[in-house]
Amino acid sequence: MPKKPIKLPENIEYLSILDENAKVDKELEPKLSADDLKTMYRYMVLARRGDERMLNLQRQGRIGTFPQSSGHEAVSMGSVYALEKSDWHVPAYREFAGMLYRGWPLETMFLYWGGFEEGAVPPEGVNDLPICVPVGSQLLHAAGIGMAMRFKEEKKVVLTYFGDGSSSEGDFHEALNFASVFNAPVVFVCQNNQYAISVPLARQMKCETIAQRAVSYGMPGVKVDGNDVLAMYAATAAAVERARAGGGPTLIEGLTYRMTPHTTSDDPKRYRSEEEMKQWANKDSLIRFARYLEDKGVLDGDARKKLHEEIDEEIKAAVKRFEEQAQSEELLNPLRMFDYLYADTPPDLDEQREELKRFLAKKGKLPASEAGKEQAHTGRERG
Amino acid sequence: MAEMNMAKAINKALYEALERDERVVVLGEDVGADEGVFRITEGLLAKFGDKRVIDTPLAESGIIGTSIGMAIYGLRPVAEIQFAGFDYYAFHQIESHASRFRNRTRGRVTVPMVMRFPYGGGIRALEHHSESRETYYAHTPGLKIVVPSGPRNARALLHSAIQDPDPVVYYEPKAIYRAFKEEVPDTIETLPIGRAQVVREGREITLISYGASLRQVLEAAEMLEEEDGVKAEVVDLLSIVPMDTKTIVDSVRKTGRAVVVHEAPRNCGIAAEVVARINEHVFLYLEAPVARVTGYDVPIPYFSKEKAYLPDADRILDACRQTLSF
Repeated sequence: MPKKPIKLPENIEYLSILDENAKVDKELEPKLSADDLKTMYRYMVLARRGDERMLNLQRQGRIGTFPQSSGHEAVSMGSVYALEKSDWHVPAYREFAGMLYRGWPLETMFLYWGGFEEGAVPPEGVNDLPICVPVGSQLLHAAGIGMAMRFKEEKKVVLTYFGDGSSSEGDFHEALNFASVFNAPVVFVCQNNQYAISVPLARQMKCETIAQRAVSYGMPGVKVDGNDVLAMYAATAAAVERARAGGGPTLIEGLTYRMTPHTTSDDPKRYRSEEEMKQWANKDSLIRFARYLEDKGVLDGDARKKLHEEIDEEIKAAVKRFEEQAQSEELLNPLRMFDYLYADTPPDLDEQREELKRFLAKKGKLPASEAGKEQAHTGRERG
Repeated sequence: MAEMNMAKAINKALYEALERDERVVVLGEDVGADEGVFRITEGLLAKFGDKRVIDTPLAESGIIGTSIGMAIYGLRPVAEIQFAGFDYYAFHQIESHASRFRNRTRGRVTVPMVMRFPYGGGIRALEHHSESRETYYAHTPGLKIVVPSGPRNARALLHSAIQDPDPVVYYEPKAIYRAFKEEVPDTIETLPIGRAQVVREGREITLISYGASLRQVLEAAEMLEEEDGVKAEVVDLLSIVPMDTKTIVDSVRKTGRAVVVHEAPRNCGIAAEVVARINEHVFLYLEAPVARVTGYDVPIPYFSKEKAYLPDADRILDACRQTLSF
């Protein structure tokens, strides 16, 4: 028989547990305690209100351009909650909720978008890589970390994120392929917000789902309602469990919507309708999750209001700490740019540091902490 | 002491590194069963197994990107890209990540890894198999680049690179893999990265080079002494980044004349940086403009014409004579 169909793996499933009317599928509902649920809700609200506060800071010129994350809380929080602290988390740049939950202080996030490399320093004991701007490239680091976990025979998992646009990048395909070939414990989570800046998903690919890409790499793939934090948790918990048991990587696509411009420099009215934005606003993960918590008796209206007030205070205090750090002589010292490039600064780089230092001293701009330590200029000689 | 060629010396260093440090892994295309297209990884799979000598899918960005992840997680990957002409596939992983993690995380996340890129012409290879593009990496802050020129320093530099806490591009002059043999000591040696070597003493002119071109330079120096009675000093850079300015300028201060040689294209090549440093430090000692003998600013020609492109002893000698008679 010259022609016959090749049997491909199972169909790609779509998972939804808590729908936009806050109706929950009791059979699929994950077993999470009231404390678990409150924690998840707390970090989602912290990220949402933190995002809004950052927009405000940006408009006042106190931080720079940044990509907002409102709309991405459920994909991030639902998935990251399936990790242990000893597992690894490799974010893209809209995993604000997940990073806060993993232990990144708010002020560190503000510092990052405020123009300081110090905002990319993972806090001590937090097994995360920092925000990654070149889209999709971080997926290979996660694959490598997963390969190293297997090498060390540890039962750990690495969770990593990317957007729908990144799924067109070569690194996305290489990362899935490497993770799969080496059976690495990696969970790839797509924040499918349907737009890569202005370009809609239909221009990224001809496939119906991103999840089905998994089939070509020999791994399970699942599409999830990305505004449903319970479904994101359930799908990721299953993937994490499988990876931990040596079952290899999984691709999870969370379908959501960017409720904001791409960054503070973007104007989405150029490429999407008000009506579409309104429609998706009604599907907001926070609204349905709040109703679920209320229906379940975990968090009523008063408790929610109190939580929101606490969070606002927390943000206010973090902004204060951020501003103190951002205005500190230590972090503003331009000579810091030379100090972390190599374990041992090579002599020619040291010479450049001295060059800038002499120039700053000449202009009266040398930070006090550097003063008095200038080296004599010995580089050039006359014959 | 054993006499061996550079291919064997690099192989020896890999073997020793795998043996002494369990964090070391060797990965790349065809490095396992095939033992590398240049047989540099000969015997490694058989001795250390496929957990540590890893045949990867054919994807350079994947090789370098996953090596970054492994390095972050505490391994010491030594990644082989089959030919330097294909490392561009991995360029953004090197530029955007390998070179930057330490700086952007203020030292919290580091990437101790080695990237072995066999470079250069002169072996009648296919198109895209003969490039010399060290400038790209020299222009990327956060990397180190070393280029060995013989068996003994190849083995020592590879050990240094593997032990280095930062990412190192180990640019391998494949034209001289099997060109000559040298005594290589039994005990492991390293060479400090960032240190050049004066490999021939002289007082009248300084020839500065590295990698495969160094052979041509030494040949030209011999001819210069034999035919013109001029003793040339020869500096082997060994390390492109960091560059050993002191050894260069100490020599030129003494000789007052210099010729810089490499097979990479001239425009913004390493020679341009060497000349700039000479000008900055010892300009007033110069008796003549510093000359450059390099590849031309064309893609390295396919092998019917590569001889005319690559700097050879005759071209170097010609430049020396012009510099000496200036």
